Parts: sequence; structure tokens; C-alpha cells
Amino acid sequence: MVECLTNKKVLTKGNYAIAQAAINAGVECYFGYPITPQSEIGEFMSGKMQELKRAYVSAESELAAINMAIGACSTGAKAMTSSSSCAVALMQEGLSYATSDQLPIVLISVMRGGPGLGNIYPSQGDYFQATKGGGNGDYKLIVLAPSTVQECVDLTYKAFYLAHKYRNPTVLLADGLLGQMMEPVTFGEYPYPEIDNSDWALTGAKGRDGRVIRSYAPLAENQCVFLNKLFEKYKKIEENETEWEEIGTDDADIILVSFGSTSRNVKTAVKQCREQGLKVGFFRPITLYPFPNKRLYELSQKTKKFLCVEVNMGQMINDVKLAINGNAKVELLNRPVGAPPNVDEIVEKTMRF
Amino acid sequence: MATQVFKIADSFRKDVKYSFCPGCDHGVAIRLVAEVLDELGLREKTILAASIGCSVTAYDFLNVDSIEAPHGRALAEATGVKRARPDKFVFTYQGDGDFASIGLAESMHAALRGENLSAICINNTTYGMTGGQLGPTTLLGQVTTTSPTGRNIEYYGYPIKIAEHIALCDGTAFSARVSLDTIANIRKAKQAIKKAFEVQIKGLGFGFVEILSTCPTNWKMTPQQAHERVRNEMMPIFKPGIYKDVTAES
Amino acid sequence: MSHIVIDENRCKACYLCIDECPKKLIKIGEKTNNLGAHLAEFNDPNHECLGCAMCATRCPDLAITAVYKD
Repeated sequence: MVECLTNKKVLTKGNYAIAQAAINAGVECYFGYPITPQSEIGEFMSGKMQELKRAYVSAESELAAINMAIGACSTGAKAMTSSSSCAVALMQEGLSYATSDQLPIVLISVMRGGPGLGNIYPSQGDYFQATKGGGNGDYKLIVLAPSTVQECVDLTYKAFYLAHKYRNPTVLLADGLLGQMMEPVTFGEYPYPEIDNSDWALTGAKGRDGRVIRSYAPLAENQCVFLNKLFEKYKKIEENETEWEEIGTDDADIILVSFGSTSRNVKTAVKQCREQGLKVGFFRPITLYPFPNKRLYELSQKTKKFLCVEVNMGQMINDVKLAINGNAKVELLNRPVGAPPNVDEIVEKTMRF
Repeated sequence: MATQVFKIADSFRKDVKYSFCPGCDHGVAIRLVAEVLDELGLREKTILAASIGCSVTAYDFLNVDSIEAPHGRALAEATGVKRARPDKFVFTYQGDGDFASIGLAESMHAALRGENLSAICINNTTYGMTGGQLGPTTLLGQVTTTSPTGRNIEYYGYPIKIAEHIALCDGTAFSARVSLDTIANIRKAKQAIKKAFEVQIKGLGFGFVEILSTCPTNWKMTPQQAHERVRNEMMPIFKPGIYKDVTAES
Repeated sequence: MSHIVIDENRCKACYLCIDECPKKLIKIGEKTNNLGAHLAEFNDPNHECLGCAMCATRCPDLAITAVYKD
């Protein structure tokens, strides 16, 4: 990290920015296993957490890492893990349990190419993995998608806050591009209030009966009651926490939809289109779950063309189509893996569309 | 005036009945754990990481704060709990399949890291809750629902001797195998559990007890025959004893 | 007077306690549990119970809930 003394900005990589933000957010425990392109997070944490006398474990696997985080969170501690694509795959079981146990795990998922081992190039191929999940049963993860290194900081703060506020695992879905890119950022202080967890955290059953954090519900009826309650919580999250960015959508003939690092080129392309007199709007979901369905539906009442730009084979486009519900035409401009489509390409495709 | 020499431990939940099959030694093992928690005054600072299998229900009976772990991950969760709250007493209660098959990596690495944790592992040579399939400790020749003609080396390989393996880990402070087949052995088992708990309290490292236990239902035996089997078939292979005790060495 | 207390709601009729009693004071009783199995029954007309608690140590179901010793 390079610190500028005059404007308090720090020039740093996305991975380091996330790690430092987690430290500022008061993370008490970090558990992780190395995988490119996010290994800098674990490296940074190994030194920093020991310096601060907080917990750090080089876990034997991602299976272990996510479960160590479950254990730590069960005591009410702020705990996190970080990983990437094929290794986040190993954490799906733990994430399913953590939603059922209602534990505030923060997972930093820095996407790389897939399926399988794939490669270490940037990718958005884990949109489904994060928002639809690979674990069993009915559950949702809160998913935040940063598009700049500054947002890596801001949304890491937010991830800790939302995870604890709603007692639900929360994913910061970055990608290899953001993880490795350097940009100036300001950290500031953790801006959110601390959440009281005294009514559920495991502290040792002092003066009371033992609490059990469990998902096992041998009777179908109990499971029905639990799931209905869980989904009431999700409804609340959808009502209160849906976040997006939109520019020039009021009079747009066509709206470009993209998330994460890909949206940077899209934003520039929208600007260029506007300069050429085209009525093009920009829409970027910041929370991938909850997805801004309602707003997209509203926009589709006026705008009849949507172009989704993604670095995968077309994943978010499914949610856009569901939101728009046939009201408008939706097309895809994609790159399977690697750098996002460049500005010229996006402008050209927009003009053709 | 008669004095009470046996009572239900305070660490056992009030008015709860075991849900185990008749004659199952899980009930004895959990009772011993509750008694040791009482005797060491640990109930109000204990966090249990439960596992999957018949052992999952431990949290229904032990009146302590508990977290349920996915299959095999109890010691990973316990590690997380202990690292977050080093002042708490943290232990796992697992079966052999959970500890030594699906969770072998988590178990071994907790021992290798020398986590200040205690782990109890019930070895009944089978997957009990799912109906008696072959597990990591199933004996050679043993018939199970997935070894219909008996465990042979060609198809299944060898059973694991857990206590010996855990004793080999440098971070292990105590590793023992005990049996519940006789009253004398039940008493020894309780002493071993106590020792495994005490090494954690003293901060000496990983404490482990493997408990040879019965599964009369899946072995298709009476409870009495099941204890005979523990004695005659299991104990010659899985020899009871203390395999590591750093407090004895020093 | 040494004696034991058997909780009939906990007894699952495994009869392991019967073998342990050095005075053979526990027998298969007349009463049945809800599966129809006859429950273990403590019967000590001659006050022979030693209060040794071996039965309770053996019982896998905590059905012997208390043991008193003189």
C-alpha cells in the first residue's frame, strides 16, 4: 500500500483494500486457504491479525475454513474467510448450514475462470454460484458486487454490517481484475453501528440452559415453520437493502445492465453514446441478492431495450429477463472469461441493437 | 441416613430422555461427559460442536451451548469457536465415520495444530444412523449392509486405528482408547475423558478419547451380546490404552 | 437403607442392569413400556442392596436416576 500524505488516499490493490477494510470493520477471526487471485488477502491477514492479537488460521482446506468461520460466528464474533471460484465451490455446504444456523459469515469471493480449475483470469462466471447457491435447500446469500477498489472497501464494511444485522452469510463478489488492480482509496472508519447479539450467541450457558445453534429439524412441521420465518427475513432484506446505480435512465431508449468490474467499461461506453446523441442509460446492480427487480420492471415500462454486458456466458441476464418479465427486449454482450468487452465493442453493439 | 451416590448430572438437560436404541452405549458416553463437565465445573463455560450421525443428538441431552457441524467438520467449527473465544471450554462429540472418514483432515489438522480442544469419538465399527453401513473402523470380516460378505481387503482395505494416529500428531497432549464393556472399563473411560478435558484447561494441546461402543441394532445382537463382541472382536484389534499423555511424560 | 430409583419412562428394557447387580435384585418386571417390552424392576425385600451403583453406571438410558447408599 502506498499512502499519500496530502490527501489521505492510499494506492492499493483490491485484495489488500478488502483485507484492510475487514480489519477496520473489526474482524476478529480470519480463516483461509490460498487460491489465486485472492491469496494476498490471506497473506495480508496472516501478518496483520497476529500483530493485532486477533485469530488467524491457515486452514487445511476451504471446507475447514468456512466451518471455522461458522464456529467463530456462532460465538457472535466477526469472522470471515476468502476464496475464489473452484474453492468457493467447496464452501457451498458450509454456506447452506450457515444460512440455516443464521450465522453472520462474511465471504470474500474473488472470481476466476471456470468451470473446473479453469484459469486465473478475471471472470463473472460465479454469479449463479453466489446468487443461486450450490448448497442444498432453500436459502439466500446477501451478495454485494463492487466495481472499483474504493467500493471493495465500502462494500466490505457493508458486508459485515448486513451479515450481522440480518444474521445471514454475506458475500462480497469481486473478481480477479478488482483483486489485482491498484487504485487510490480512502478507508475512513467503519461507518456502521455494532449489532447486539447477546440473545443468540454461544457464550457458555452461564445462569441459563444451553443454547443450540442447529439446522437439524427431524420433524417436517418444524422445518416448514423455520423456512417460512427465514423467508420473512429475506423479504425484509429485499425491501430494505436492494441497492443499484443508474445514470441517464429517464429518457433512455436502451439501458445497458452490468455489474462489478465489467460495468466500468459499460459506464464509459454509455457516456460516449450520450456524447454521440444516443439516448442510452446505465444500470448497475450493487446488491446481486437482493436483485433490483422492481426498479428494472419500472424501467421496462418506458425503455424497450436492455443490453446485458457480462464476463461469462450470460448469467445475470436471466435475472434481468425475470425482472422485466417480457416487457422489453433483452440481449447479451459477453466475453466468456478474461478482460471485459472494451468500450468500442460495447458502443458498437449498442448502436447495432 | 442414606446418602445419594448416583444422580443425573447437572450438565444433563432436565426431563429429557435419550432417543438412542435400547442398549446403545452412546447413552453411557454422553452421561460420562456430563458427569465430567459437572466435576470440573465447566458447564457454564462450555461450547460443544456436535457432529452428524447418532452423535448429533448430544446437544439434545447436554445442557451446554452447542453448535451443530456439517458431517466431518466438528473440529473445524470447534477450532473457530476456540480461536474466537479462547477462554471457553470447547469440545466435540463425534462418531468414527464423522471423525475418521469424512472428517479425517479436520480431525488430524486440529491435532497437528495443537488446538486446545477436546474430542470424543465413538467407535462402533459402523454407520449407525443410516442403518449399519461399512465405515472406517469396520473390522475385517465384519458383515454390514455395504459389505454383505464381510469386509475384505480387496474391496475395502483396512480399518483405521484412530487413537494411535492421533497420538502421532505433535500437537496432541492426550490420546486414549477406552471401552464401555465392563463397569471397570466405564470408570476408566470417565478418567480418560477427564484427562482429555484437563489438558485443554491447562492449555497443553489436543485431548482425544476414542470410545469403543456398541450398536446392538445394526450389529443385530442383544445389548449383552454386543458387549461380548466389543470384548472378543474389537478390543484385540482396537487395544484400549493411553497412547499419549504429555502430563505423564513430564 | 441402600436403594435405587428406576424411572419407568426412561427404561428401554435392555436388561443390562440385571447382569450387573451383584445381589441379583433387578428382574424383568410385569409392567411394560409403550412397545410392550417388560421393564426392569428393582425388588429388595431383604434390604440387600449395597448402593454400589453398578447398575446405574451400566444403564445406557439414565433410567436408574438415583442410587442411595447407607
